[in-house]
Amino acid sequence: MVGPNYPQPGAAADASAGAAQPHSILDAVIRLAGNSQDGIQTIGGFLARLAGRSDQDVMTYMTIPSTISGGPSIFQVRMGTGDILSSGDRADMLVAFYQHSYEAHIGSLRPGGVLLYDADHVKPNPEDNRFTTIAVPITSGTVESVGGSGKDKGKNLYVLGLLARIFDLDVAKLTALVKERFGGKSEDIVRNAMLAFDAGFAWPHNNIHDLFFRFEAAEHTALSGKPQVTMDGNMALTYGLLAGGVRHGAGYPITPWSSIMEILRSELPKYGGLFVQCEDEIASISTALGFSYTGHLAVTGSSGPGLSLKMEALGWATMAEIPLIVINVQRGGPSTGMPTNVEQSDLLQAIYGSHGDCPRVVLAPKNVEDCFYTGIEAARIARTYSTPVIILSDQGLSSRIEAFDEPDLAKLMVDPKPDLSPRGADYKPYPLDRLTQHAPAGARIDSGKYPTVTGLEHDELGHPTGNSALHQKMTVKRREKLKTLAATLPDPEFHGDSAGEVLIVSWGSTWGPALEALGRIRKAGVKGAHLHLRHLHPLPAGLEVTFARYHRVVVVELNDEGLYGYGQLASILRARYANPAIVSVTKTDGLTFKVREIVAGVAEHLESQALDDSLGTATKSALAVKSKS
Amino acid sequence: MSSAAPALSPTAPAAPAAPGTVLSRKALVADHPTWCPGCGDFAVLASFYRVLEKLNYPHEKIVTFAGIGCSSRFPYFVNTHGGHFIHGRALPFAAGISLGNDDLHVFVFGGDGDGFSIGGNHLVHTARKNVNLTYVIMDNSVYGLTKKQTSPTSPIGFKSKTDPTGAMDQPINPMRALLNTGATFVARSHATQVNHMTEMMLRAAKHPGFSVVEILSECVEFYDGAFDAAIPRKGGKWTLIDEKKHDGTPEDAARHDPSDELAAMKLALQEWPGSFGVFFEKDRPTKNQLEAGLIARTREKTKGASDLQLLQSTFSRLR
Repeated sequence: MVGPNYPQPGAAADASAGAAQPHSILDAVIRLAGNSQDGIQTIGGFLARLAGRSDQDVMTYMTIPSTISGGPSIFQVRMGTGDILSSGDRADMLVAFYQHSYEAHIGSLRPGGVLLYDADHVKPNPEDNRFTTIAVPITSGTVESVGGSGKDKGKNLYVLGLLARIFDLDVAKLTALVKERFGGKSEDIVRNAMLAFDAGFAWPHNNIHDLFFRFEAAEHTALSGKPQVTMDGNMALTYGLLAGGVRHGAGYPITPWSSIMEILRSELPKYGGLFVQCEDEIASISTALGFSYTGHLAVTGSSGPGLSLKMEALGWATMAEIPLIVINVQRGGPSTGMPTNVEQSDLLQAIYGSHGDCPRVVLAPKNVEDCFYTGIEAARIARTYSTPVIILSDQGLSSRIEAFDEPDLAKLMVDPKPDLSPRGADYKPYPLDRLTQHAPAGARIDSGKYPTVTGLEHDELGHPTGNSALHQKMTVKRREKLKTLAATLPDPEFHGDSAGEVLIVSWGSTWGPALEALGRIRKAGVKGAHLHLRHLHPLPAGLEVTFARYHRVVVVELNDEGLYGYGQLASILRARYANPAIVSVTKTDGLTFKVREIVAGVAEHLESQALDDSLGTATKSALAVKSKS
Repeated sequence: MSSAAPALSPTAPAAPAAPGTVLSRKALVADHPTWCPGCGDFAVLASFYRVLEKLNYPHEKIVTFAGIGCSSRFPYFVNTHGGHFIHGRALPFAAGISLGNDDLHVFVFGGDGDGFSIGGNHLVHTARKNVNLTYVIMDNSVYGLTKKQTSPTSPIGFKSKTDPTGAMDQPINPMRALLNTGATFVARSHATQVNHMTEMMLRAAKHPGFSVVEILSECVEFYDGAFDAAIPRKGGKWTLIDEKKHDGTPEDAARHDPSDELAAMKLALQEWPGSFGVFFEKDRPTKNQLEAGLIARTREKTKGASDLQLLQSTFSRLR
């Protein structure tokens, strides 16, 4: 029942002396591995929401198989105290539902970690004594608990009960969540769910002996004092758009963008708005631009290949200066590529895609919370500068569940009413000396001269022109408005030493592992810092001054180093600042960065043996049970 | 429609301009057309001015949009809100305009390349959804702006720069294609028949839902004489559709019933040059109405909650 490295008699005696004292832990990474129909994501969701309600930070990592039904699925949840920046390199506990789950994921378990497996399906390698093992007949236990129907539906709730016992989770809150989740369905479903949960919770715990843990009380929540909300990145982005006053949109389904359009389709009518599912990607951006033309800033979105289809219309939006929000939930590319894996390989497309000189704004959220604020910011920029704004999210961020401080909506909500007031006789749709502000269709023009918005090069009144001097002036106008925006951008987030060996630069969802990597690097005695870019185009001012203070500027991103050895952002930064200290750490294995991969990359660039050596330590699991003596 | 208008509809429902305010041709004329002398599109433009004069909508509520092509230059020559979008995609853009502000009167102009080639799929879906707008296809059976390439309606044997020995692909039959889209108003006219064109566009504009008028509009530069077969003074035959009058007379039984889709399809399959007039007209709820209904029903459930209250309740559930 228990593995060879299970605590020896002293500990067992301790447990038999009375109720076992839980081991205090800061955080734990739990990986659940099974098949997609096992409801693994449901367990993950419950744990994530429970952690959110318990003032613990939580971050999850989910793999959805690209097969439609069935097949392997994992959900990894990292719960704990304080700021959780990444989903965790390796797991402290693996819950294996099947032999294939065990075999595929045992390598991700840290030495000293806990292997909990379904004894009905899994036979672990008896030679492997690196872990504490707990064998639980999950399948038969579940079948028995729900009345012996022979069906194993509910295994996920059984496992949730087990985890609640092992991690001393708040059972009252957890059962409330379970009832909320299934409450809308029949009473039978709630009853069976609770039967399975209770059976898991009550599984004879002397079999686990003193393997109990308790998360230390969170400190940071005392500072914020706000309730936490728990959601995934696509939800946060969608709600950010709602807070930012976006009430119209159009889209076409593609993974992993689809859940944004699904939420918008059901939410927008409540706000008097409207989301249209179109016949294709091109119609989607066209319809969204039509909405914006009537004064309702609209959103469209897609993933990788879908963005390529939208590029011609995006060029029109730049030329005609119509505000628009375009979301790209990046996935592995090119082409259909790895649709359920993560990559940051659409940066160059986002900035330079389309045809001609086509300046536009590109933003990237750093985590789930930031998805919400990026949605609001994108809407503000699109309106103020009458420009398309691209938001680069990614597959990892889209489905990851995190808890964060509830936003102060009363302060953030934007009133989306279009301005249909009459425009004065001097109204010009494309003034050369000011930012373009369109008069939506429906607004009277006092001069009686109605404007034409157009993709042809045009004069200040929107008349088409072949005048070369005017084309030059209008090109400058469209470029300069982005420079105007750049001057207003806040300094990027910065942590660490003000000068030193290394500056780690990240963008998008690599923020967390990059910041965590900085912590490890400094702990190993290297002076360094981390700078994170949310604004990719235009870039904030003054980066060259910061870059000059470090021996190496290591740009960390999930894309290929290309023919010349530099990732996409690194290439842009090298071209922009001509600083040879800028180097790249890249990868395209379809997974988010592990902290150790970044540390290893930095070590290589610094040729630092000490840093390299540091990788050997700190890999022991937080759940490794020390002998109590 | 107006009673269930989206909550964001910023202004009162459309009404004709106040008495005394007459939308004149003078107010509607904009840039001088850049078309070649003799182009059929001039007549379509002249008819459209007459249509707008008769409709007398408030000036600021008229929108004229187009894709790319000779005919798609149209919006520059009409002084209304409007614009020039990308090739083939004017319909989904116009759908956004119509659904974004239901008070607007949306007119889309384009050619046979825009409508039946690059934008063919958009035509099908905008019609299927019955978005409230009027689409005028100025069909010249040739690519004119790019100087004489085969178009989707060029007949077999037509010699162009891309088919110097004559076109070989089966051309699209526009009326058959339009009837198949599910459009709720389908009519056909000819640029040499100004009164008929005006009447067709007027009826299309007044039809609630997606209305489309195909107008044969000759390109004198690259396909001279393309539509002579329907011009009596050039020896052609101008056949008007005799619409049912519902007067109970015996001769009325033989007349065309525009709500009869099968009869409309039979007209569409006639030998060239076929008939002109309203092939099909039938009311079906517009997407504008259906979406407004969805909004009204949804908001009934939320009992007038403010945007802030709505989003706050979502966040409270996610605690």
